[in-house]
Amino acid sequence: MMREIRNSAGKSVARSVAVIVDPRQAVFLVLILLLATIFFLNPGFAEPSQFIRFVQRVAPIAILTMGQFFVLVSGEFDLSVGALIAVQVVVAGNLIGQDESKSIPVLILMFFIGLVVGLVNGLVSSLLRVPSFVVTLGMMLVLLGGVYFVTGGSASGNPADGFRSIGRGGIEGFPIFGLMPWAVIVLIVCTLLASYVSTRPFGKTLIAIGDNPETQFYSGARVWWTKTQAFMISSTSATVAGILLVGYAGVHPSVGRGYEFIAITAAVLGGVVLGGGRGWVLGALAGAFTLEALFTVLNFADVPSTWRDSVQGIIIIAAVAYSAVSRNGIRRKGTNSASPEIGEGASASGRSAQNTSPSHD
Amino acid sequence: MNTKSRWMAVIGITTLFTIAGCTDTTSTTTQDTTTEDTTEATAVAESEWFDQAVFDKQSGEREVAPQGPVGQPYLQHINAEMVSTADYAIDGAGKVCFANASISNPWRVTGWITMNQQLQVLMDSGAISEMETRDAQDSDDTQIADIDYFIEEGGCDLFLISPNSTAAMTPAVERACETGKPVVVFDRGVLTDCPVTFIHPIGGFAWGIDTAEFLISNLEAGDRVVALRILPGVDVLETRWASAKVLFEDAGIDAVDYFTGADPAEIKKIISDELAKGDVRGIWMDAGDGGVAALEAFEDAGVPYPVMTGEDQIAFMNKWQATGITALAPVYSNFQWRTALLAAAKIFSGEEVPKEWILPQQPITGDMLEAVLALNVGMPDGHYATFGGEDLPGYPAVWQERLVP
Amino acid sequence: MSSTSLVYIALFVVVVIGAILVGAEGRNFFSTGNLRDVFTGMSVLGLVGIGQTLVILSRSLDLSVPYVMSLSSLIAAQTMSSGGASIAVGVVLALLFSAAVGLVNGLVVTKLRVHGFIATLGVGLIIKGYLDTTYKGSAGSVPKEFQFIGSAAIGAVPVSTIGMLALAAAVYFLLTKTRTGHHIYAVGGSAEVSRLSGLRTSSPVIISHVLCSLSAGLAGILLASRLGVGSPTVGTQGGYDLLSIAAVVVGGTLLSGGHGSIWGTIGGVAIFAVLDSVMSAIQFNPFLKDVVRGLVIVVAVAIYSRRSSETKRVRFPEKGK
Repeated sequence: MMREIRNSAGKSVARSVAVIVDPRQAVFLVLILLLATIFFLNPGFAEPSQFIRFVQRVAPIAILTMGQFFVLVSGEFDLSVGALIAVQVVVAGNLIGQDESKSIPVLILMFFIGLVVGLVNGLVSSLLRVPSFVVTLGMMLVLLGGVYFVTGGSASGNPADGFRSIGRGGIEGFPIFGLMPWAVIVLIVCTLLASYVSTRPFGKTLIAIGDNPETQFYSGARVWWTKTQAFMISSTSATVAGILLVGYAGVHPSVGRGYEFIAITAAVLGGVVLGGGRGWVLGALAGAFTLEALFTVLNFADVPSTWRDSVQGIIIIAAVAYSAVSRNGIRRKGTNSASPEIGEGASASGRSAQNTSPSHD
Repeated sequence: MNTKSRWMAVIGITTLFTIAGCTDTTSTTTQDTTTEDTTEATAVAESEWFDQAVFDKQSGEREVAPQGPVGQPYLQHINAEMVSTADYAIDGAGKVCFANASISNPWRVTGWITMNQQLQVLMDSGAISEMETRDAQDSDDTQIADIDYFIEEGGCDLFLISPNSTAAMTPAVERACETGKPVVVFDRGVLTDCPVTFIHPIGGFAWGIDTAEFLISNLEAGDRVVALRILPGVDVLETRWASAKVLFEDAGIDAVDYFTGADPAEIKKIISDELAKGDVRGIWMDAGDGGVAALEAFEDAGVPYPVMTGEDQIAFMNKWQATGITALAPVYSNFQWRTALLAAAKIFSGEEVPKEWILPQQPITGDMLEAVLALNVGMPDGHYATFGGEDLPGYPAVWQERLVP
Repeated sequence: MSSTSLVYIALFVVVVIGAILVGAEGRNFFSTGNLRDVFTGMSVLGLVGIGQTLVILSRSLDLSVPYVMSLSSLIAAQTMSSGGASIAVGVVLALLFSAAVGLVNGLVVTKLRVHGFIATLGVGLIIKGYLDTTYKGSAGSVPKEFQFIGSAAIGAVPVSTIGMLALAAAVYFLLTKTRTGHHIYAVGGSAEVSRLSGLRTSSPVIISHVLCSLSAGLAGILLASRLGVGSPTVGTQGGYDLLSIAAVVVGGTLLSGGHGSIWGTIGGVAIFAVLDSVMSAIQFNPFLKDVVRGLVIVVAVAIYSRRSSETKRVRFPEKGK
């Protein structure tokens, strides 16, 4: 009897550990390890008030990554988001100035600009059939050149404090955390929205399109419109990130530089497959936190500035390789039952997934 | 991959992180062994950039009173050895061909705007007929092609060059000299002295001395200073840090450096992490862009402001005045962009010029702050106070509007 | 009409417009100096573009090229600094290291199953960290005899451009006349089908990555020759990662692999070189240059995509379509 209990207890421990080690959840494991390393190096970091500030500063890139998720999962790329952030930040800086009453109209304008950029990206790539990599690369050059032309390459004033408090401030006197930054609240709202959307037919169609482009002909959905909406989601996420960054960082045309690569890397770390068809929103979110946690570890561990990029490169390849190789292992073991991983909870190891896209991911 | 190999991978990744967590080297660079069998040593940062002779020379130059017209620092020079330009004199106006490294940062944009206003004055007075500019967008290869283009096609009476980098541009500058036309180099230098004149402020070592001495005098041994550096490998920036670092070490100041790319979000993260590790008493910057973000990081963390050295960028100086911090604004005299054209005009008229035109480099201290800001009312954040254009046409509107020509 | 022909028609249009704009400034587009400027702009980007074409044909990507170029320029310049025989040693060493990087890229992509974007981004970052730590500015010194290669010209055409075109011809031969070349196309077009047809799908991908890094290494050596020194930032200064991809797609090669031509890429490279030269000659605002490049990229590819969706030869028709 005791032996049976011990056996079943052992088995459930093994099973839960196996769940964590499951490559689809690999990013959470890595995140936990990184956070543990940070706490070890700097115990003060585990204090709620400190930790919530960490979440505050990850919020922009996390939101951006979730937006990029929708584009990546449908098999596309959005390289323009970094430049769009710079545009939004400069628009906010220049048009609001010190006049807080302008905040709302300018906010509306910023969302409008974001939607237009996303619309153009989406339409040109799906209707004119230009690969999204190319469209968004072109858009990035156009936006960046435009922003530098308008600003002459320099910051042009931080807008009124009221507007900046979205990214910088929060609710004072909040229990446990002291300050509950607005950025964190925005992040939570965006996460809930993104998770919701990904479980709706829209989200599932996106993933289906990414998984098997042939469904374009058979699905009955207007594929071009669905994909365009994904680009619009991505641009909107860049707008929100820009609003937060105006507060956090201030107005400077180099804000957002390189964020498109960070968002794509974070999403891939979180289990999104480049080429589409696989991934889930919370994974992308975890990927963003993991990447930021990695940068923070490097700061705390006093790794020489110049070696950081190398460490980042190694870890990115290692993490992605781990999930890629494991995924193939599962696939080979698997049966024909399709298991939609998107938005669903953790699955026990050994469950297979059907893959119909070419094996070269 | 079966479960066993997955476990191996987990252990492997965990080990990687532990190693990353345990590397407690300071962030200053360490000697690296290179894999290639070369004769040239790829040495430690200090010895590559730190040059005691130049350090001493610039330290001395800081003390010398400049020669030249009072109130016109852009025409003043220090310890000048004059050379004759009678051979280059021409009748009437000459054409200047300008190979510009780039206008990719606000310091260069400010200089470019000032230079164009100066150009107007010189064109009106008949000294210069026109200036043709080729912008290399920060690429050595492009700038070499630009200079070659000017040599071949430009019909230039004078080559004006702001080099993108020192060693790489040297062959092209030598080719320009070989045409027999005068060559003027300013800002970063080259490894040849064939140009008629090389215009620059005292230099990076002097900047490092001014800033390090300021911080050292306001702090105590053992205090932590965070050095925010824009990019690696740019010689005018590396020399600043090289000398500051040596002085910090001698004074027992705990200085740690980071590269920021001038991204304010990055600056904030670095400072927040540093503040989480302990007290930060001083901030040293090799260029002022992003200084405001650094101060805001202190505000967000609710700790007292640091002692700080930034630059004569208006954004930083405004924040300095608003917060009342103890600070210094070193300068890399932006008015050298004027001097470049004024030198060209002198050469066209056969006047003598210094072989090495060393311009004054006077940091802005706390007592000077108010007066300087009064001369720069309404200027945008990216403007630099030592632009030297107060007596040029279009002041102040042209700089306030900041339209890039 | 194939997309390659379209590229050259586009190039012709760009040259005509450019010549008019330049003429309005009082210059002659077809003068020796101006043409030399255009051809010089083509040599480095052309070398990188040739390599990038191979990688994209095999349905991968290489974002590590700028760092390989910088590393190669440094290795070459430092080894050569003693002159004489060390020049050849420098070239060989630089190429060996570049090939090694390409091999790593190829292995990570094929054996570790990491997408080319991530794999080469990661490898690029690793090299970047090494460069930033070890080199604080330019290093090495290229002897005068070798600098000659970077600057010598036959009339208006630099020797380096001729060399680049020769390499393009060699790669064209590789792609169209050899088995390896056909395998690269096959693997890029459909890896699944290639595998079923008995191809080892890894080898063509690895080969294309090695060749790509080799051509980046060559570009680095050329840059060392032009600059007279090696530089840790010379690759990133030119934005060669995204620009080479842009030249490849403007040249009509599909990002999805399996379809495209070297000569198309050369045409794309030429278009960018002409654009740059014309914009410099008319003293166009440098910030707006990127706007023009971005628009050209999108417009050019939009035109090809219409064409290729109409004329793409269906090599393996599926049932039920």
